[in-house]
Amino acid sequence: MSLTKEKIIEDIYHNVGLSKAQSRKVVERVFEIVKQTLESGENLLISGFGKFIVREKAARRGRNPQTTEDLQLRARRVVVFRTSNVLRKKINEGPKS
Amino acid sequence: MNKSQLIEALAKAEDLALKKAEEVVNTVFGDMEKALTRGERVEIRGFGSFKIKHYEGYQGRNPKTGEIINVASKKLPFFKVGKELKDRVDI
Repeated sequence: MSLTKEKIIEDIYHNVGLSKAQSRKVVERVFEIVKQTLESGENLLISGFGKFIVREKAARRGRNPQTTEDLQLRARRVVVFRTSNVLRKKINEGPKS
Repeated sequence: MNKSQLIEALAKAEDLALKKAEEVVNTVFGDMEKALTRGERVEIRGFGSFKIKHYEGYQGRNPKTGEIINVASKKLPFFKVGKELKDRVDI
């Protein structure tokens, strides 16, 4: 089973004391703020979880490995995630009983 | 932006008490953390997905001293950027 937005909304409804509709609205808003931040080129650091970093990639010459065709890859801007050491440790230790 | 700034931005945008906004943000990332420590996937449409990748242990060498070291196997979350976020961040 994977975690989805629906499950997070459900947890907020049960634990934070907001209505179902409000819970949905605030969760959507959290992700919207996160997306806007990254879109503006700013990184997002969630301590104990990780860091979402916006990286500028320079244009480079690439190759389609299937057709071996040469192609030009344009400059891009991408998001990468770096796991915090705290979370990394927790994942390798497994869930607390 | 860090977590407290995200909490403030959420409180302001949704007209929430700071305490509530904090609980919301903590639940969002706490849920993701719990899923990942259980080895489950996280899938947030438009934002991205996380899954745990297993890396096998291997025998390595300290390049400076030549000493043989055993690198233990490890698990790391891998984040795949969702389509909407990917398109919005790109120039």
